[in-house]
Amino acid sequence: MTGRNELELVVANVSRRAFLAGIAAGSLVLAVGLPSEARAQEKKFGADGMPNGWRDDPRIFVSISPDGLVTVTCHRQEMGQGVRTSIAMVVADELEADWSKVRVAQAQGDEARYGNQDTDGSRSLRHFFMPMRRAGAAARAMLEQAAASQWGVPVQEVRAQEHAVLHEGTGRRLDYGVLATAAASLQVPARETLKLKDASSFRYIGKDRIGLIDNQDITTGKALYGIDARADGMLHAVIARPPVFGGRVKSVDDAETLKVPGVVKVVQIAPPDIPSEFQPLGGVAVVARNTWAAMQGRDKLKIVWDDGPHASYSSDTYRAELEAAARKPAKVVRNQGDVDAAMARAVKRVEAEYYIPHLAQSPMEPPAALVQIKDGKCEAWACVQAPQATRTRLSERLGIPEENVTVNVTLLGGGFGRKSKPDFVIEAGLISQAMGGTPVKVTWTREDDLRHGYYHTVSVERLEAGLDERGMPVAWLQRSVAPTIGSIFAPDPKHELPFELGMGLVNAPFAVPNVRMENPEATAHTRIGWFRSVSNVPHAFAIQSFVAELAHAAGRDPKDYLLDLIGPARIIDPTEIGDAWNHGEDPKLYPIDTGRLRQVIETAAAGIGWGRNLPQGHGLGIAGHYSFVSYVAVAAEVRVDGDRLVIPRVDIAIDCGPRVNPDRIRSQMEGAVIMGVGLATASEISFKNGRVEQNNFDSYEVTRIDTAPREIHVHLVASHDYGHPLGGVGEPGVPPVAPALANAVFAATGKRIRRLPIRDQFLA
Amino acid sequence: MPTLVVNGAERSFDGDEDMPLLWYLRDELGLTGTKFGCGVAQCGACTVHLDGAAVRACVTPMAAALGTTITTIEGLSPDGNHPVQVAWRDLNVSQCGYCQPGQIMQAASLLKDNPNPSDEDIDSMMSGNICRCGTYPRIRAAIKQASTGGRP
Repeated sequence: MTGRNELELVVANVSRRAFLAGIAAGSLVLAVGLPSEARAQEKKFGADGMPNGWRDDPRIFVSISPDGLVTVTCHRQEMGQGVRTSIAMVVADELEADWSKVRVAQAQGDEARYGNQDTDGSRSLRHFFMPMRRAGAAARAMLEQAAASQWGVPVQEVRAQEHAVLHEGTGRRLDYGVLATAAASLQVPARETLKLKDASSFRYIGKDRIGLIDNQDITTGKALYGIDARADGMLHAVIARPPVFGGRVKSVDDAETLKVPGVVKVVQIAPPDIPSEFQPLGGVAVVARNTWAAMQGRDKLKIVWDDGPHASYSSDTYRAELEAAARKPAKVVRNQGDVDAAMARAVKRVEAEYYIPHLAQSPMEPPAALVQIKDGKCEAWACVQAPQATRTRLSERLGIPEENVTVNVTLLGGGFGRKSKPDFVIEAGLISQAMGGTPVKVTWTREDDLRHGYYHTVSVERLEAGLDERGMPVAWLQRSVAPTIGSIFAPDPKHELPFELGMGLVNAPFAVPNVRMENPEATAHTRIGWFRSVSNVPHAFAIQSFVAELAHAAGRDPKDYLLDLIGPARIIDPTEIGDAWNHGEDPKLYPIDTGRLRQVIETAAAGIGWGRNLPQGHGLGIAGHYSFVSYVAVAAEVRVDGDRLVIPRVDIAIDCGPRVNPDRIRSQMEGAVIMGVGLATASEISFKNGRVEQNNFDSYEVTRIDTAPREIHVHLVASHDYGHPLGGVGEPGVPPVAPALANAVFAATGKRIRRLPIRDQFLA
Repeated sequence: MPTLVVNGAERSFDGDEDMPLLWYLRDELGLTGTKFGCGVAQCGACTVHLDGAAVRACVTPMAAALGTTITTIEGLSPDGNHPVQVAWRDLNVSQCGYCQPGQIMQAASLLKDNPNPSDEDIDSMMSGNICRCGTYPRIRAAIKQASTGGRP
């Protein structure tokens, strides 16, 4: 592996910000090899490998008031995955706290204090389960010590139980509230002295039916999101952004805008340098006394745009470019055996190309943030997945020292990767600065969200297989071509980064002797960003569809064929099949276990009744995929009803290792199925002349209740050994959904889907 | 001055009557439980009750709201214990929660008109409310729990 690849690996694995630091120091760094700082981080995995690592100090995460209320500080951002509830469950369990007396406070963006806060990559519990257990256990030990001291007895004679410390010998009891002050003055016990609870005595961890910590606020309208932030004297802004990425304002006439009642000012925002990273797109902001007036004012702006270099970006011609690239030899990213020789010997050859379009995350809460600057201090209230990056970028762009920048994190009305990019917070900061520090809330409309996003990449996957006389592949050649997320961080990169290739491409765990995977060049013409499960979406769609195509070519049952292709249960070191990234995790701790993959496939198949007789027009499809160090399989039933594709039932099985909050694992799987159904059947962002063609939810279609599967059955493949490492939950449910549906469509209609979304392709 | 009643309180309004009710509620009254999701009646996040009927506040101009009685999520029940709210909490329906005020207002309206809806009724009455997190299976279950058919 070259030095360049190693750096990219470290960058993607360890730190988005380490990458940025490298760019800031000069993009040549990419070509000259591994900086010493990155080298030092090379061997770190998991939470150790993330910027600013982890903390487990109870004084940071736990506070107890004299009335006994326990406040757990959650430093990960809540966007629907339930992390505020789940983190609190972990701390409360080890603390022996009474759940009814537990509250959650949301941490500000401050990684020096809290450790890593980037809420992405399905990492929150994977990385913070153990630190949060230790924080809870340390606080429990301090309460026990405080009680023992008060009673003058050895600490071994007391124990914490249900929000109080008990002295068995005398039956004495002191509530946590009474002990709080004394306990807080004690030293935090050394990590190695902590006694973690045995799993058999967990009260909350692994238990169902724990109510969401935010249930009351959400159901009564009191829950506050970024778009709900308010401050005295606040003004509202919307922004006219360049219709083409990289464009800029040539001239603006705001005379009519300034006549709109309520409009206060028009402010220009400079276009970013390229690569634009998290910087705003630039444009013209209209500041007004309410959101409506700002929108009215924006409609009346007369702007002449210079569209810049991407004005000819059109999805139809770009697709043809990707297909052409996929038909020629390219950079090899995994090579095992001799594919060419095996292909030449094959009894039968099968090939197929798949196309997966751009997607928009389109969280229901569009990007929105409030920023004010007062006495040289900047304060933001924002729905951000990465509050520390938000703080750093605000500091840099506004020229305010970081210690004078505060980022308060609200609830996120959905994130899905969009809110990992704080461009919208920087916009609010720049406008506030232009308004002399007045609090300014920037609201993105849905049209803004769909037209000016950080889109899921667009890709062509070309697969060729050579089959033996039994119909099993002896050669597997795959070319995956897609513009990289690296294009927002580096000038014009052409290849996917290791973290993208490691999302279900190079680590495909099949028992095929000869495998070659290639990554042709692609140029980005818009902002590419993380979308829930990221490159796993195209990789899983293509690979799991192709497996079903091979099964068909071999005349075999698709489920049996998939299991045979995975082969017998075995442990694979991902680094030995070309994936040195491994989702940032230690390959020894997190190898690929094909037995676990087999088991989720068997479980989903059993759930849906694989092999049962189906009425005419119905079909079953199946897919299994390993991502975010979890194993997920989806079995789907579809029915063609006239010109409608109906999904009566989906079974989804996940093995994510030991479970913290089973109810939230189920809800994430339900949601992943529904998001997966949307991108499989209906969603597409397309460009014409550099401009996004979709405007709102009428043209960017997502799943609604009447197009969702009527039944979703979630199967949690059990693991009760809490000594095992945790897998991800938020993202891995999505990738197998689209191929399972496409395979079901084939079973129902004989029509093979090679382009997403399916729309009406199932009709003859 | 023209007036309207919002969650039981009479309010006067003398601004731009083209302004959608949504922005009056959110920006003027600070009732931020009513959410902005699309602005064109495509997603239902802004659903409120106008004289008892579910409407999309983002396309209801103030001209149409004046003289009426508006109920928002904040005013659906005095203690937050409308049967729909209770069912929502019982089943942990919410994920991010952003669309849920609109879903709850739409569901409350549905159940008022049709106390024991079928799956098809739920599809038909709830399909204007998008949830990007994908809480639909639990929304369906919660509506059934809150329906007369769901009560013991």
